Amino acid sequence: MAALEVNEGNASLDGANNDGGVRRRDFINIAAVSFAGVGGAALVFPLVNQMNPSADVLALAQIDVDVSAIQPGQAIKTSWRRQPIFIRNLTPAEQQAANAVDASGLRDPQTLAERTKEGHANWLITLGVCTHLGCVPLGAAEGENKGEYGGYFCPCHGSHYDTAARIRKGPAPRNLEVPEYEFTSPTAVRIG
Amino acid sequence: MSFPWANQYAPTNPFMRWLDERLPLPRLAYNSVGGGYPVPRNLNYFWNFGVLAGLALVIQIVTGIVLAMHYNANADTAFQSVEHIMRDVNQGWFLRYLHANGASFFFIVTYLHIFRGLYYGSYKAPREMVWMLGLVIFLLMMATAFMGYVLPWGQMSFWAAKVITGLFGAIPLIGEPIQTWLLGGYAPDQATLTRFFSLHYLLPFVIAGVIILHIWALHIPGSGNPTGVDVKGPQDTVPFHPYYTAKDGFGAGVAMIGLAILVFFMPNYLGHADNYIPANPLSTPAHIVPDWYFWPFYAILRAFTVDFILEAKLWGVLAMFSSILLLFFLPWLDKSPVRSGNYRPKFRIFFWILVADIFVLGYMGGLPAEEPYVMISQIATMYYFAHFLIILPLLSMVEKTRPLPNSISESVLHGEAAEAAPIGVPAGPAATATA
Repeated sequence: MAALEVNEGNASLDGANNDGGVRRRDFINIAAVSFAGVGGAALVFPLVNQMNPSADVLALAQIDVDVSAIQPGQAIKTSWRRQPIFIRNLTPAEQQAANAVDASGLRDPQTLAERTKEGHANWLITLGVCTHLGCVPLGAAEGENKGEYGGYFCPCHGSHYDTAARIRKGPAPRNLEVPEYEFTSPTAVRIG
Repeated sequence: MSFPWANQYAPTNPFMRWLDERLPLPRLAYNSVGGGYPVPRNLNYFWNFGVLAGLALVIQIVTGIVLAMHYNANADTAFQSVEHIMRDVNQGWFLRYLHANGASFFFIVTYLHIFRGLYYGSYKAPREMVWMLGLVIFLLMMATAFMGYVLPWGQMSFWAAKVITGLFGAIPLIGEPIQTWLLGGYAPDQATLTRFFSLHYLLPFVIAGVIILHIWALHIPGSGNPTGVDVKGPQDTVPFHPYYTAKDGFGAGVAMIGLAILVFFMPNYLGHADNYIPANPLSTPAHIVPDWYFWPFYAILRAFTVDFILEAKLWGVLAMFSSILLLFFLPWLDKSPVRSGNYRPKFRIFFWILVADIFVLGYMGGLPAEEPYVMISQIATMYYFAHFLIILPLLSMVEKTRPLPNSISESVLHGEAAEAAPIGVPAGPAATATA
């Protein structure tokens, strides 16, 4: 302590230390500024994090859907996280058409089996959000344009999806996204 | 705009030199709050509160902008959206409590700033404009705080809106149309809420603008000091940075601890439980009072109970507004050439009586309008006006003041040679003379 105090008394006018050691004032300065810096950074966290989804939004992140009324060849649109979900009951012909394609030659190579749950190969559940720029493709409702491959067609920029909702033609980079889901009973699905 | 011995901004970094020739913003900062602003070397901790008030404004603007991302200015959903902020938004409780208690913090430091000015005569020539701009900021703060208090749309919010706009209803003839115009209806409703939200968002930026004028006006003569003696030479000043940035930084640290205690341990201590009840236009809470920072003025408002030529209601409103407008004339009511209360023995006594009087008014303002509180408010109100209109003018004529020190440096130095030359400031002639 005594040595430090002597040092401080000898400090030159520009605050430099002639003895080459660390003065007490240097330590206090660095400690105080770092402490304020850490505190300031900690304060930024709530200011940024408040823009993330709030608890009430997250509470809607899981939905249960009853699919018992959907006949083969039909599809329904439902909403999950404020985004459309297509649930489609594929006919045997549609499944065959999807399986007949060599997946390795596709833009986003995936087989129908990889895009459905085992034992539920007729249930195609995807996000109704075109992977190009986010429009809702047509083809889920009766009478809508299903595109050249009989699946979905996005009218915004002309992306064609096949019966496994895989991208086949147009600007979209990937297949329609399959959300996380599970069958809680043969006719009930929990999405999210 | 500054003393001739102020340090000059001389950037060594080539980029900073390039920038300085095109947009001398760093130069402006250097000359305002950096090494280029010479400040009296004897400032005490009462000089921290201006910076703290600025910090409070920053906290309010930042948390306020964030809260506005979640708040809903709709009479049907405003209350719910505040609860949504408290329960659902990530760290929303923290941001809202920081904003609500930040308002109290803002008023605490501003009141201390004002009392500092009253005691040390900061309002006197040549700083009258600094004082008056400060009062403008104070009035804007009160308007902003009031409108912010209405936004949660609880019971206290609603009735605050009704009562405060009712003040304007006291004006003869045009009063009622003005109140209806302010509210956009006959009682506070959707129109009131949306316009208050709009103005509550706007006014803090107006305050920021007036603060720039306040600081600009301050930097013409430079900061005052506890002796009230003018700066006479380089030995009387030190550069703002690092001396007062360090001192203000320490004060800010202490103040933030105080604010954190409020926010984290007693966030509703300064609020009213009734404001957690949704607004109900058909039922007034049994005991309505404004937030604590309005209590002294609320006591003055309620102190007038008898019609005298004009209605009592109008007298109360006039007295309440006059109690602040009066302060605009303070530089000309107190004619004593001595600024600092330290050298005015009688003024000092009356200053502390005034402080006590304002505390009494504040305490009475928070209590129900019953006897004996009303009578005490009446006496305290009379004293408040007497202090400024009678005591101060008389004092400045009759008071025998104590001798002033010859200079700031003489008042702070006690003969030690080391004190005369702090790091970064060469020892001036006056300092060596004292040593």
